[in-house]
Amino acid sequence: MPRPDSAPTSPTFSSAPPAQNPSPPLDPTGRDVLGATDIARCLRRIAHEILEHNKGADDLVVLGIPSRGVELAHRLVALIEEVEGARIPVGAIDVTMYRDDLRSQPTRAPRHTDIPGGGIDGKVVVLVDDVLYSGRSVRAALDALSDLGRPKAVRLAVLVDRGHRELPIRADHVGKNLPTSHAEKVQVRLSGHDGIPDVVRIAGGEPQAVRA
Amino acid sequence: MTRHLLSSADLSREEVEAILDTATEMHDVQRRQVKKLPTLRGRTVINFFFEDSTRTRSSFEIAGKWMSADTINLSAKGSSTSKGESLRDTVQTINAMAVDALVIRHNASGACQQVAQWVDASVINAGDGTHEHPTQALLDAYTLRSHLGDLDGRHVVIVGDLTHSRVFRSNVITLKTLGAHVTVVAPPTLMPSGIADWSKADGFATAWDLDEVLATGDVPDAVMMLRVQRERMSGGFFPTPREYTVGYGLTRPRLTALLARNPLALVLHPGPMNRGLEISADAADSAASVVLDQVSAGVAVRMSVLYHLLAGSEGAAA
Repeated sequence: MPRPDSAPTSPTFSSAPPAQNPSPPLDPTGRDVLGATDIARCLRRIAHEILEHNKGADDLVVLGIPSRGVELAHRLVALIEEVEGARIPVGAIDVTMYRDDLRSQPTRAPRHTDIPGGGIDGKVVVLVDDVLYSGRSVRAALDALSDLGRPKAVRLAVLVDRGHRELPIRADHVGKNLPTSHAEKVQVRLSGHDGIPDVVRIAGGEPQAVRA
Repeated sequence: MTRHLLSSADLSREEVEAILDTATEMHDVQRRQVKKLPTLRGRTVINFFFEDSTRTRSSFEIAGKWMSADTINLSAKGSSTSKGESLRDTVQTINAMAVDALVIRHNASGACQQVAQWVDASVINAGDGTHEHPTQALLDAYTLRSHLGDLDGRHVVIVGDLTHSRVFRSNVITLKTLGAHVTVVAPPTLMPSGIADWSKADGFATAWDLDEVLATGDVPDAVMMLRVQRERMSGGFFPTPREYTVGYGLTRPRLTALLARNPLALVLHPGPMNRGLEISADAADSAASVVLDQVSAGVAVRMSVLYHLLAGSEGAAA
């Protein structure tokens, strides 16, 4: 039976924005603060810091916060495995359902949560995110973790710490501290996630003129 | 996303896919030890069931609770409806308590549409008369999608009491929205009047002979058996139950014929099943049956619907 090609489209009310909004283009007037080699160097250092702090790879579980934190988590784990030669469980923890700003924003599509088979009970969980800003995502991630189990310890690794914390949260491992103003945007692009070479760029805000 | 979910036709393909994608994530929550998300904390959801229901009401209640909403169940018996209060007065009373969502099942077609005009809360249609049951269609689509992948071009056969079936109406719309192609089969007495025009407009096929549909033409990827709704039948639609089974039941020979053509074919039933009438025990308990998957998907899909209707900002929903 052939399918009719004149399928009338059902009338819809205002359609929601696309679930996965593609990353907005990099601001061409922004300045790059980290390039691909810098990012690789940061991650390698963080990988060593994690191992040093944990005294080895025992009980480590690395969880990225979607979306770019997941790619960073996988890169970190590859680097840790390179050093230790042991398999490290890696996954993703989505924080959408735990955010405190859901009501003030259009509905967000939740991302995939992927907890490695061994679970997180009694493990040292390293949360990985690209930018640490208000700390609210990390707060949400901590709540999400507590619904999933009881880790022995939770650590936080971020590629960029841009300041302006609104909650008592700090990172254990920081790729680069970037003092910024609220008006500025920190744009992170990663080759696997965005299909362009790794870069961290600061865009917008008037302080740019002051610094120039 | 829209403010209400009254009809499956309210949802675009993007919206259906967003709901099903979210439901996939919600399904993972169901497998956890702590089945609770804080997402809808402080929201109140009233399940108002003017008609009996087990799975829809309990799954809406569980869905609301797992999303941390406060859920309250009301039924017509035991509410002021039994004292003769009108539907409008009843829902406006509830609305005055500043609830966020009303999940309504009613025996009158179009009741939810009416209620949506009277209240500020989001209205979710949990089955209105013989009209629609959109969350059932979403969970059927979810179940199909989890087994078959993309439904584009898939062939779904819906068999049974089309005249009285809201499940069928919503399913035809949602399956078409997702690009599946649908054949509906029923005895002439249970074909809704005017279905010829509707099937032409909406692009689904109709047939009277189940064996012919199963044996010839497009190979079915799934067969959905509808319940024979004895409570809505005033008799005369078919001579005897036995005769219905012979013509339209998913009997063991029919199941064998279906699986011979497509070993991966699925059998769905929205429940509650009349075993031995529209579906044989062999079919209901076979490996092809995904009836319990449908129930399990029900909670995840309803969590997703509540999330999409209630979680975002008011401005975004306008």
